[in-house]
Amino acid sequence: MNEHNDLFTTPPDPGTLARLHRRLEQAAEREGLLDVAYRTVDSPVGPLLLAATPRGLVRVAYDVEDHDRVLETLAGRLSPRVLRAPSRLDAAARELGEYFAGRRRAFDLPLDLSMSRGFRLLVQQYLPSIGYGQTRSYGEVADLVGHPKAVRAVGTACATNPLPVVVPCHRVIRGDGTPGRYAGGPAAKTTLLNLEAAA
Amino acid sequence: MGIKQPFEKIVEDHGTTVLRVCRVLLAGPDADDAWSETFLAALRAYPGLPETANIQAWLVTIGHRKAIDVLRARRRHPVPVGELPEAPTTLGVPGTGDSDLWQAVRGLPDKQRHAVAYHYVAGLPYAEIAGILGGTTEAARRAAADGIRNLRKNYPGGAPS
Repeated sequence: MNEHNDLFTTPPDPGTLARLHRRLEQAAEREGLLDVAYRTVDSPVGPLLLAATPRGLVRVAYDVEDHDRVLETLAGRLSPRVLRAPSRLDAAARELGEYFAGRRRAFDLPLDLSMSRGFRLLVQQYLPSIGYGQTRSYGEVADLVGHPKAVRAVGTACATNPLPVVVPCHRVIRGDGTPGRYAGGPAAKTTLLNLEAAA
Repeated sequence: MGIKQPFEKIVEDHGTTVLRVCRVLLAGPDADDAWSETFLAALRAYPGLPETANIQAWLVTIGHRKAIDVLRARRRHPVPVGELPEAPTTLGVPGTGDSDLWQAVRGLPDKQRHAVAYHYVAGLPYAEIAGILGGTTEAARRAAADGIRNLRKNYPGGAPS
């Protein structure tokens, strides 16, 4: 590769691209084209992906769920107009920071529940009524939503919760008191339960 | 069912090349404006783009139209400066002291400059370039060759071989 070919292939400085990206985020928001905005935040349970539509927070995802795959799913299910645009997630990031610091017991964020349907949606809408620091068993939740035989389906609804942490599926545990399945892995579930027990 | 990539991936994969193309066509802030307009228009149109489309050619096609829009606006409303300010930290390609070459490229006749940008910077085949510029594949190839010959003449050693 000779010197002049380099001139045609030298990358522009990253600062310029970052500035142009921010400009694109703002223009997309202004023009109503930002169908899905996302960012990541660090947390005691690893990096979390946060994604929001104009209606509200639509997805919280653990690292083990593979953020790239989660974004592809959002693109397929909601809209391919998916852009890294942190400012729409400012409130969610702040409230999660407060929660992990033990200073917040409930989330006050608009949620977009369009990733869930039917019985899963019913269960997920019930979950926020389990208070901070409390737990329910899968069987108890099945009773409480009026489908006492649907214990396994409650387990599936919790495991497929698109908004973990914010919608507290971690507060639903097995009848024998062990944590049970969790999208973020059993260690993450234990961390959240311990955090709430200590606060 | 094919799955469309999140648009962020398109920006990630092609943002740099589109910026390079814009900088061949336009100077400084005008290149930034063309980049912004290109990606905003692309974001708007993206849901309707066929899944088999060549994304890079699609972006360059949009960029071509946006660059022409920016140039037309500039010609209608020329900015009254005596001498264009040199700003090597943000314009051109930073840190390589190549502003003479970039000026030489931007001094080429429109068709040659576009053909050089789309073939040598964006890496598009001449058939795609003919689709963007109009005319035949052979004409696009000739415009790029003429552009490179002109560059060599005006800026010895400064053109891709």
